[in-house]
Amino acid sequence: MRTLLSILLIGVPVTLILSLVGLTHGLLQDSEQRTRGIGADVIVRGTNAGATFNFTGATLSEGFVAFLQKQPHVKLAMGVINHPIELPLVVTGIDMAKFNAMSGGFTYLAGGPFQQPDDVIVDRYYAAQRHLHVGDHVTIMYKPWRVAGIVEGGKLSHIFVSLPVLQDHDSATGKLSQIYLQLDNPANTSAVIADLKKTLGPEYPIWSMADLTSMLSIDKIQGLSQFILVIMGIGVVIGFAVVCLSMYMAVLQRTREIGILKSLGASKGFILRIILMEALLLGVGGTVLGILLSFGACWLIGAIVPASIPMVIVPYWWPIAGIVTLVGTGLGALYPGLTAARQDPIEALAYE
Amino acid sequence: MNSGPIITTRDLRKVYRIGKVEVPALRGVDLQVQPGEFITIVGPSGSGKSTLFHIIGGLTPPTAGEVIVAGQNLAATSDAGRTRLRKGAVGFVFQKFNLLPNLTARDNIIVARHIAGMDGAPDTKFEEVLRLLGIAHRLDHKPNELSGGEQQRVAIARAIVKNPAILLADEPTGNLDTENSQAVLELLRGLNQQLGQTILMITHNPEAAQYGHHTIHMRDGRIIERT
Repeated sequence: MRTLLSILLIGVPVTLILSLVGLTHGLLQDSEQRTRGIGADVIVRGTNAGATFNFTGATLSEGFVAFLQKQPHVKLAMGVINHPIELPLVVTGIDMAKFNAMSGGFTYLAGGPFQQPDDVIVDRYYAAQRHLHVGDHVTIMYKPWRVAGIVEGGKLSHIFVSLPVLQDHDSATGKLSQIYLQLDNPANTSAVIADLKKTLGPEYPIWSMADLTSMLSIDKIQGLSQFILVIMGIGVVIGFAVVCLSMYMAVLQRTREIGILKSLGASKGFILRIILMEALLLGVGGTVLGILLSFGACWLIGAIVPASIPMVIVPYWWPIAGIVTLVGTGLGALYPGLTAARQDPIEALAYE
Repeated sequence: MNSGPIITTRDLRKVYRIGKVEVPALRGVDLQVQPGEFITIVGPSGSGKSTLFHIIGGLTPPTAGEVIVAGQNLAATSDAGRTRLRKGAVGFVFQKFNLLPNLTARDNIIVARHIAGMDGAPDTKFEEVLRLLGIAHRLDHKPNELSGGEQQRVAIARAIVKNPAILLADEPTGNLDTENSQAVLELLRGLNQQLGQTILMITHNPEAAQYGHHTIHMRDGRIIERT
């Protein structure tokens, strides 16, 4: 019972670590996939926009689209407006014709394009999260919308409305959050960006989509790596505490057995080794259980909030979580192990 | 074969400190045991029998005096040295059997061999010991499935499986009925006579004391008589 409880308690922080890593990877993969799905080569943002994510207001004038459309090598310019709702979810206002031309259009799982101003198109993840069907009415941005279509995910956003409707809703008529450019040849991307920076000035954030997607990694998001390190540290501390307590109890329970082994000639090193071995087995058991529980967490999150938190399983983190756990359990077993190794054999043999 | 004594103690003293009080357990014990002897030790509780055993067995160091066991001067030996003595030269048999409860009889014996560094296949003596002890058919049972007599036989097997120079038996019949007591005593006598095993045995039972070549009488931390 003690062993099973210890394995469970060691497994929980492993699950926490793997879930956190799965969440961050899932969010970034989801963003990357949707960014690639647009079919653009270059993105132009307003002067006050952030680098990786843009949750700022619409600051670009719609006139920019016509201007950019005329630039050399630009095949298509498409402006969109973003309205963050429950982060990381964003409602995106699109020009359907341009969106279809640039991305190849939606793959409709049900319903179809916008029919009326209060229509919304959602991807299957958001539909699953909100239990939506075509024709349902859903409140988004404190306003009722009719679900016109449910589409396959992976293109730009999870929730779409008509561009002028969202501009009007946000009192941002004629304004855009960002403009995507599709070029005649992706090989011209660097040249186009250089020309645009020269023309517009350095205050406008202009990136290639390849650069933008490369920013969608854990290392590039400020503070994310440190946050994961802190969670890993908590995992080590919990593993340490659980194993320390568990093994200390085990040593107390087995005082007489330790005395017997000592009477047989077992050295301090031998006693310490068997305590550490047991702790490491607990650590391995906890890691395996933690990995299994992370699958459960992934399934549960996927069933409840697939659009908001697109968690994924990240197998290359299993050995990392395992090593973190084994370090914690090894350290946790050290004190009980040394206590056992130092026990006086006569007192241990007399222990009832 | 070594012709000198296998155990020698001279003016052996042991004082236990309980809080601020010093309790002398041995007050100058002089003893010599020759290889192949079967010595029984008798005396009332608190006479120092167990303390003498613990020192000879390397479970605790003496406070003063000299104690040489199987060629090692235990008064000048570190904890690691005493551990080495227990590992090879000394085997213990306890009143409460002290088998590892979660292991089978066979595994209890294997653990003792493993600690002694004997991980190879059992030698012919091991087979002879098992035959002599009559436990070959009970080796796959755990201690709680064995009778007291069987448990003590397994404990004896565990003690002698590493070919110790000395077998120390602390009240080995103390928890056994008359029939099993006699069987265990006959076994110890058989080991002594057939394998030449040196045995020191503590007992309260005058009849059990008769099994030894000699009997040492202790009182108040001293040997008062050797018969």
